[in-house]
Amino acid sequence: MEQKHPLGGRVLNGPFVFFLALVALGAYFTVQRFTYGLGAVTNMNDGYPWGIWIALDVVVGTALACGGYSMALLAYAFNRGEYHPLVRPALLTSLFGYSLAGVSVIIDIGRYWQAYNIILPWHSNLHSVMFEVALCIGTYCLVVWIEFAPAVLEKLKAERLLKRLNRVLLVFIALGILLPTMHQSSLGTMMLMAGYKLSPLWRTAFLPLLFLLTALIIGFAVVMYESLYSSVAFRLPKETPVLSKLATVTFWCLLLFMVIRIEDVNLRGVLPLAFDGSFVSNMFLLENSFLLGGLFLLMYPGNRKCPKLLFLAATCLLIGGGLYRFNTYITGFDPGNGWQYFPSAGELCITFAIVAVEILGYLWCVKRLPIFSAHTPQTTSV
Amino acid sequence: MKIPRRDFLKLSAGGGLLLATVGPTAALASTEKKALPPEAVGILYDSTLCVGCQACMSACKVANKMPIETDDTYKRSDTPQDLSAKTLNIIKRYQDGNGTAKDQEKDGYAFIKRQCMHCLDPSCVSACPVSALRKDAKNGIVSYNKDACIGCRYCQIACPFNIPKFQWESTTPEIVKCQLCNHLLKEGKYAACCTACPTGASLYGPMEMLIAEAKRRLRLEPGVYADFPLNRIGTDSPPRTTSHKVGQYIQHIYGENEVGGTQNLMLAGVSFSKLGLPDLPDEAFVRLADGIQYAIYKGMAYPLALLGALIYMIRKGENNGEQIDKG
Repeated sequence: MEQKHPLGGRVLNGPFVFFLALVALGAYFTVQRFTYGLGAVTNMNDGYPWGIWIALDVVVGTALACGGYSMALLAYAFNRGEYHPLVRPALLTSLFGYSLAGVSVIIDIGRYWQAYNIILPWHSNLHSVMFEVALCIGTYCLVVWIEFAPAVLEKLKAERLLKRLNRVLLVFIALGILLPTMHQSSLGTMMLMAGYKLSPLWRTAFLPLLFLLTALIIGFAVVMYESLYSSVAFRLPKETPVLSKLATVTFWCLLLFMVIRIEDVNLRGVLPLAFDGSFVSNMFLLENSFLLGGLFLLMYPGNRKCPKLLFLAATCLLIGGGLYRFNTYITGFDPGNGWQYFPSAGELCITFAIVAVEILGYLWCVKRLPIFSAHTPQTTSV
Repeated sequence: MKIPRRDFLKLSAGGGLLLATVGPTAALASTEKKALPPEAVGILYDSTLCVGCQACMSACKVANKMPIETDDTYKRSDTPQDLSAKTLNIIKRYQDGNGTAKDQEKDGYAFIKRQCMHCLDPSCVSACPVSALRKDAKNGIVSYNKDACIGCRYCQIACPFNIPKFQWESTTPEIVKCQLCNHLLKEGKYAACCTACPTGASLYGPMEMLIAEAKRRLRLEPGVYADFPLNRIGTDSPPRTTSHKVGQYIQHIYGENEVGGTQNLMLAGVSFSKLGLPDLPDEAFVRLADGIQYAIYKGMAYPLALLGALIYMIRKGENNGEQIDKG
């Protein structure tokens, strides 16, 4: 087992303070939201009851947090030992991503003080897709904390607790693969309910499968992105060999996704809609351009060995995959009657603040907890 | 590792096959049409009888203790543009060309009443994770319980008619929609809109009788005078009636089959899509989602099986001497 170390170095520096400022701004709007209601801070309305807090923070955010899921799948279920060094940093991102998606939900829902109703059996609606999503995400948050606990226990040198945890960790790792498989696909099923209000460019019985695939693809991309970025920012040796293997897996998943996605749109006869020049169609083209860009970059084995191109490909997949999910929830959704939506400053600031908390948390953790396996550098740039 | 063309083609074919098989299978897992609840009540709205007086809107506001909505500084009238957290029922007007002929699509005008359709297979009820929206097992009224609601607004996404509205301006927001005046039932009263309607355009009664009445009207000869019941049918005493010239009906009862049927039926002389009523299939969209959930989960049997398989695979990996880094 490779020994993991905290990276050390100064936590409170320029970038850290910048993100702190974003958090402060978001906190201001959050107080406004709870003091004056959703209407005072957001542009959500009866036509667009869901805005970026759901579409970005939860739907795209949990996909970005699927690094833990996708790496657990490869490293444990498919038993690819070479991916183990990537697991812990991925779990850290997952931890923050999912926990903060939960925070976004509490900020977004109108009657948050009754949020616990969802676990009360006499209120539970087993037919509701949202019920399943909410419970799965809630349970998975707990599971990810437990999967991550060894890192904290190692730091605290709690040997006995660590030993006991390791005995049952197996079940939690298995849950950590099952639960995201369930709720990521259900996030797709949720928009099927919208019926004709969802544009035919996104509305398909394949939504659950496509959402699951994008969760995996984005999960892989985030791990690649975060590994490459960290090796530059923290001056660690690059993990290119294992990343290029990961890139191969990602390529195949992405290919499967693109085949199903494009052929489904084609077989339903709505592909011409993509070219009618409207905003919605252009967003469809944009989302697929990024994904196809990533696909063509990853197709060549030479590219998969080059860190710069891996980074570029990962970025394309993050944007394309994120856009696909965002478009399913907002861009492609049209309730009719001329309703419109564009996020307000308040909504954007709260979203940025949540991302800032994730980044701050990540920076603190990698510097103070044993996350990375490679040798610690003398100085860090971030 | 260069990807051989063979593998590329195999994957593409696999993906295509997946498309061909999974798609239709998921769609097939649908249920039969829901039956009318035993004491189902509802409203029959006849656009050809409606004169747009908005007495129904006024009565609704009073019965539900809702404030008026207006841009007028002196608040002299209630002029909502659409259903909202303050307006549970609204009359809208269709106009084309010079708008002179009633119930005519070209160069004509017509009215439509919009409120909760009290669907037989309500999408909002299926969507709500905490059962805040429930369909009464006896009378079929879809009601809202604010003590259960978490304010997630999924009902708003799910409703094909865009009925549930939200109190965005409140710190303790609720979902607002017509509940067929079920709070008045214990006083022996019924839907305020139907109580107030002077022309018989809004008629309240048991669903079977309303459907029969709607069918009777579709059989009437346009242009002759006929009797139409006022306010309510299905009580012990015969309803008051009024005499109208029969309009040129579109031969369709909107709500009879749309999304599985509704308890708010509509008749009109102008095509329903022109009146803002969406063209909907006979099955609620939630059925497809339900079908997929059922196929994938089969009552949690599949997830539990998958969990078992995962535990097995992970343990096998451990036992193969791999130093598992449990992080």
